[in-house]
Amino acid sequence: MIGITKTFGNVIANRDINLQVEAGEILGLLGENGAGKTTLMNIVYGLYRPDSGAIKINGKPVSLSSPAHAMAQGIGMVHQHFKLIQNHTVLENIALGYKDAPFLFPTRKVADDLRRLQENYGLEINPDVYVWQLSAGEQQRVEILKALFRGADLLILDEPTSVLTPQEAQGLFRTLSRLASEGHSVIFISHKLDEVLSICNRVTVLRHGQVVGTKDTARVDKRELARMMVGREILFDLKRKDVKKGGVVLEVQGLHVNNDRGLTSVSDVSFDIKAGEIFGIAGVSGNGQQELVEALTGLRPIDSGQILVNGRDISRASPYTINAMGVSHIPEERIKFGTAPSLAIFENAVLKQHGNRAFSGRLFLDFASIKEHAKRIVSNFKVRTPSIDVPVRTLSGGNIQKLILGREISGKPSLLIASHPTYGLDVGATQYIRSQILQLREKSVAVLLISEDLEELVELCDRIAVMFKGKIMGIVAREDLNLEHIGLMMTGSHARSACEAGK
Amino acid sequence: MNWRVKVERRVSYPRFFPTVVLLFSLLGGFVLIGLLFLISHVNPLFALWKIFSGSFGSLYGITETITKAIPLILIGSGLALVFRAKFWNIGAEGQLLIGAIFAGYVALNLGPKLPFYVIVPLMFVAGFIGGALWALPTVILKLRLNVNEVISTLMLNYIAAELLNFLITGPWKGKTQMGFPYTDDFPHSAVLSVVPGTRIHLVTLCLALLFAFALFIMVYYTRFGYELRVTGDNPDAARYAGIDFMKVTLIMMIISGGVAGIAGVGEVAGIHHHLSYPSSISSGYGYTAIIVAWLAKLNPLLTILSGLFFAGIVVGGDAIQVSLGLPAATVQIFNGILLFSLIMGDYFLNHRVKLVVREAP
Repeated sequence: MIGITKTFGNVIANRDINLQVEAGEILGLLGENGAGKTTLMNIVYGLYRPDSGAIKINGKPVSLSSPAHAMAQGIGMVHQHFKLIQNHTVLENIALGYKDAPFLFPTRKVADDLRRLQENYGLEINPDVYVWQLSAGEQQRVEILKALFRGADLLILDEPTSVLTPQEAQGLFRTLSRLASEGHSVIFISHKLDEVLSICNRVTVLRHGQVVGTKDTARVDKRELARMMVGREILFDLKRKDVKKGGVVLEVQGLHVNNDRGLTSVSDVSFDIKAGEIFGIAGVSGNGQQELVEALTGLRPIDSGQILVNGRDISRASPYTINAMGVSHIPEERIKFGTAPSLAIFENAVLKQHGNRAFSGRLFLDFASIKEHAKRIVSNFKVRTPSIDVPVRTLSGGNIQKLILGREISGKPSLLIASHPTYGLDVGATQYIRSQILQLREKSVAVLLISEDLEELVELCDRIAVMFKGKIMGIVAREDLNLEHIGLMMTGSHARSACEAGK
Repeated sequence: MNWRVKVERRVSYPRFFPTVVLLFSLLGGFVLIGLLFLISHVNPLFALWKIFSGSFGSLYGITETITKAIPLILIGSGLALVFRAKFWNIGAEGQLLIGAIFAGYVALNLGPKLPFYVIVPLMFVAGFIGGALWALPTVILKLRLNVNEVISTLMLNYIAAELLNFLITGPWKGKTQMGFPYTDDFPHSAVLSVVPGTRIHLVTLCLALLFAFALFIMVYYTRFGYELRVTGDNPDAARYAGIDFMKVTLIMMIISGGVAGIAGVGEVAGIHHHLSYPSSISSGYGYTAIIVAWLAKLNPLLTILSGLFFAGIVVGGDAIQVSLGLPAATVQIFNGILLFSLIMGDYFLNHRVKLVVREAP
């Protein structure tokens, strides 16, 4: 891949990326979420077309216009979330869409070829069981078989170990080594340093859509990779005043929360936040942050533990009660949760507060005061819109975020929970929202800031906790901050060992 | 060179655009209907003229149109409410029939003993309760067991129809009806008065206009209406805002089922004066009202207009059956095609479809 650039609207997902994979090689692709790894791989797999740049396979330039086209060129992809049909058997899934399968009884021809392939690579799986009966690791094996069956020479695996147990991951690594020794190439996308170091030959690190560097794994260590991934240069251009901290606003004790599948995703989490303090939670997303926030805001029932806001127990309160107690929430997926897109801006400006006496009587909404409130938010928070009567879906992402922020802050909260508040925003909107969060701190509001952007956390937070697999790996005060330690904790090292590795 | 159709979401459009799309989809629907007339060797323009002169061209036609618009406006305004919350109640037909059964029970058992000023309100209340009760199981099935409401409401229609069939041929069969499967005629106190010389039962007409207006206020100006619109537009945001989905769904289904029940009361107490076959009590009003609500853009107040429009088609359809010798199902095909073109219109309202030419790779 030479000089690949891809933009979505104003966001540059990939900028001038060069990437090279040799036959029989496992290349690691490392980077934080949002660094552009997945976009890049979707370009290789023909899902997106690059704005500029070229792709060459065996020296010949190709233009990949669709996944089918990419497959025909020998490129196979195993997505992070498997694309299998649960109610079909393994064999049927593999035959599905296979171009040489006969129209009638397509599975028959496939069965023999599949057996040969399985013996070759030691990928054991009963072809006649239904996919829903399989574990995640087995489903992944089916995905790999499916790609190999279509003649993939280059196999792309997107975060393949995120759904696997350690034992299953070891099995996957054996398979990948075997594939490489047979002359296949593998691109292994991950943010787990240990894995990349143990199975890849070379590793390319992406940050903010650009290649930071490519190294031989034999000549690089974990620390250096963490530094490349996280980045060093951080702009301290926001003024952080000294603020006197008040009493404890939020107290979380021994919190356990289950995810949608009933598995523990927040495990024994305890921390507290004082008035006038910004408490950050760092970590790769999917390590329990979302479930933690949902539990704190009443959207998800907790398994055990206690949540206190200003000394009152809210462990089992409804979202409405929690909001009424002065807890504001900027949700992670603002389009999904934060607004009703077809409703007008003024109607969205009171979402969650629509029951307040200021905006509503027993039966009827008070549109005059709602509109006045909306106008105040729009002008105070610089939401760019022709009027407050247009539907929210006509706003850009940054402006929607400003509207939500304005709405949540105008409720005069004692605690603000902000999930990825600047994710996907341009530099201007990002700085604006960060400065607003700092202002809240000066007004003695407690802020819980969940972010994957370490720069943001460092810029804003008084203390940072790192979450990994549902646990807090350590809490670091601003004075003792060391990015490398944080980077290591994000990949599962404990606070103490991370410090030692840093020294 | 190759051609490709590219579809993208339309983010914003001018204020008049929805009306333009609506007119174009109606026009498209009529063109398709015209093709159908052509197939049956009827001049489409002549047939359309016949339909609208049958319904709006004479005093008799107009009064009949108003009569048939009553149940359509009632049910349509209730459906506008639930459809806005994206709850697909296809069961208004059954809710109407149960409303009629409840009213029939009141009329036949209490009617002889009580004066009209007690019995008429009682029938409407009973009809509302009946329709609401028939709507509730689907809410509980949906919220507790995640049963698709389209299926449960639709199936309950058949149960309601068979229940009515059972009653009129079995326990409630009238002794004075010479063996016909009807109940006895309602006593005078339970018969709604009509505008002289027409079949317009005035009380129900007033109720229909009242509900259309009240539900309009409810959707756009009350806190409940706000919660309902948020729920329909984005259920996740509603949850995040602490809106109780169960409460919203229950209340709106009680209203939607209840007004359908009231429509049933009007039909039996205003027109038939006894219970009879399901298909004669309601000529598919519960289904036609779906299109009424849709044409009104889910605005309860506008169902007054769209209800009159579709009542006109029903009446005019009867007229062309006689004068042009077309089958009875013509009107249903007519309505179906209009619903399709309206829904397609919504698609084009929200999506921009472009033809893209690009160089071959």
